[in-house]
Amino acid sequence: MRIVFKTTYDRDIDIHEHWGKRGAYLALLAVMAVLPFLVGEYYLAEATNTLIWSLAGMGLMVLVGHTGQVSLGHAAFLAIGAYTDAALMTAGVPFLVSFPLAGIAAGLFGALIAIPAVRMSGIYLAIATLAVFVIVEEMVILLSPITGGVGGIFAPTIEILGISFDRYAELANLYWLVLAVVVLVTWGYANLMRSPTGRSFLAVRDSEVSARALGINVTRTRALAFGLSSGVTGLAGALMGHYIGFFNYELFSIFISINLLLVVTIGGLGFIQGAFLGAILITAVPQAIAIFRDWANASLGVDLGGIPGLDTMIFSAVLIAFIIYEPAGLYGRWLKIRTWWELFPLARKDMFRRQKSYLKTERMR
Amino acid sequence: MSLLKAEDIAVHFGGVKAVDGVSFEVEAGEVFAIIGPNGAGKSTIFNLISRIYPLTKGRIWFDGQEITGLRAHQIAPLGIARTFQNIELFDHSTVLQNLLMGRHTHRRTNFLQDILFLPKVRREEHLHRHRVEEVIEFLELEAYRNKMIAGLPYGVRKVVEIGRALALGPKLILLDEPASGLSVEESQEVAFWIEDMRREMGLTVLMVEHDMGLVTAVADRVLAVANGRPLAQGTPAEVQADPEVQAAYLGTTAEAAA
Repeated sequence: MRIVFKTTYDRDIDIHEHWGKRGAYLALLAVMAVLPFLVGEYYLAEATNTLIWSLAGMGLMVLVGHTGQVSLGHAAFLAIGAYTDAALMTAGVPFLVSFPLAGIAAGLFGALIAIPAVRMSGIYLAIATLAVFVIVEEMVILLSPITGGVGGIFAPTIEILGISFDRYAELANLYWLVLAVVVLVTWGYANLMRSPTGRSFLAVRDSEVSARALGINVTRTRALAFGLSSGVTGLAGALMGHYIGFFNYELFSIFISINLLLVVTIGGLGFIQGAFLGAILITAVPQAIAIFRDWANASLGVDLGGIPGLDTMIFSAVLIAFIIYEPAGLYGRWLKIRTWWELFPLARKDMFRRQKSYLKTERMR
Repeated sequence: MSLLKAEDIAVHFGGVKAVDGVSFEVEAGEVFAIIGPNGAGKSTIFNLISRIYPLTKGRIWFDGQEITGLRAHQIAPLGIARTFQNIELFDHSTVLQNLLMGRHTHRRTNFLQDILFLPKVRREEHLHRHRVEEVIEFLELEAYRNKMIAGLPYGVRKVVEIGRALALGPKLILLDEPASGLSVEESQEVAFWIEDMRREMGLTVLMVEHDMGLVTAVADRVLAVANGRPLAQGTPAEVQADPEVQAAYLGTTAEAAA
């Protein structure tokens, strides 16, 4: 096992505490950067989709994983991002302007609805965010001159400095664009979590009464988290629009919200890496099921296509399994495996047993 | 001018008068203890000062400013830090992070600067860390610096909570039963720390405590309460000798005690 000898505070402030970890992430980034040369069109498109889902997952992770608030309405922010970007670009605004504006629009809307919403918690907040989702869905249909209503809208091809990022003609370019956005957002997210703002999010999540006693304005902190969360989700929505190409309100269904919650829960609440692992799972499972379906049809002669809702059922089963057996998610499991190997052969069986705390009997809220 | 002044404060939950007509003044630099049997309203007085409960009646001043109308998060910036009887730490963070959270009132960067992690943020982090390290050294928490709260024993958690309050750099620290659940050695340690807080850091300490040994050892003045009403106020010896206090504690009548 590696022991890091810290000689300066910077070691604790830096994102990675030693070059081994930093190197691993840089290597991963390098592989991601050259992916278009390694894999075919189909897998590159899937990778792009996974990255977009990771981005949306990071958006929700800020809220659910790090601030301890639940949202069933995040598909609404995807929609706001996608429609803002597409509508602005249709009106002739260049992508470099419309894309940030899409994030800002979703973020401001999120912060605005958060001001009343964050006074609620738990199931009540979930229902409130669900209501927001329904309102946004109806708004999209009503604002048909801008959104195309039920018919839908084309996301224009992105063009920056004469370079095309067309979904079909220049998929590699689109992939790199998405990758760049994801890397930037991840960097900002990691920065946030090592700064006072991120710590105030964690404080609000773990003990509201303590947070107040330390001078943290809980309402404002939660509204900020909500705004950042919906802003990042809005960016993901804008990219999703370009990835899909043509979409209407049905793209942003309640199932997208639920899938996003699955991403953060299965990935590992409270870990940025969890958003990525969850996104990989959520985008890979439907593909795996499709492949399995074909295989079953061809070699077993069983037609699974006739069973509706198979994906949903498998997702739900996976989620339940995670909640029961691994509440820390995929990333939590990975941490345990890593620790086990680092300590090998000294790891003990009950090292990861969850400790229950019976002290918080008198919660004042 | 006293540092903290509570005038005829009261809080009623429906018909229950949790605190009723309590007045006291805490002078700068003194250790002031509130004692009383279970359910006497001691912690409720703390919650009134830190503005968690609204006052039914009465007023509170701190450092010449009336704080009766302030909200809970506006108390800490004035220089009042507190601990909780039932330990309210941030369980899924390390000791170091918990202490750094205590520095919240001293932050001078906004969230945009934080996201970009500008050089200013790093400089500020160094300053916060420096202050936190002083607290870690004072409370001898070095061994636990990077440990998660969730895995720490009770005694250490109590100390971390005191540390988090100290990291805030307060003028007044409210300690809610700092010695409850601690071993004899640990509560002696707490007594030394309270002495040092006053002598070296120039803090004013207001504490709720059951352990009369600790109270006698460190407190300058004591307020005894029972059933939300003040019983007696004075030096530890005076209060202990008060027949009403003895009656409240021992259940004997004043006549029998006398």
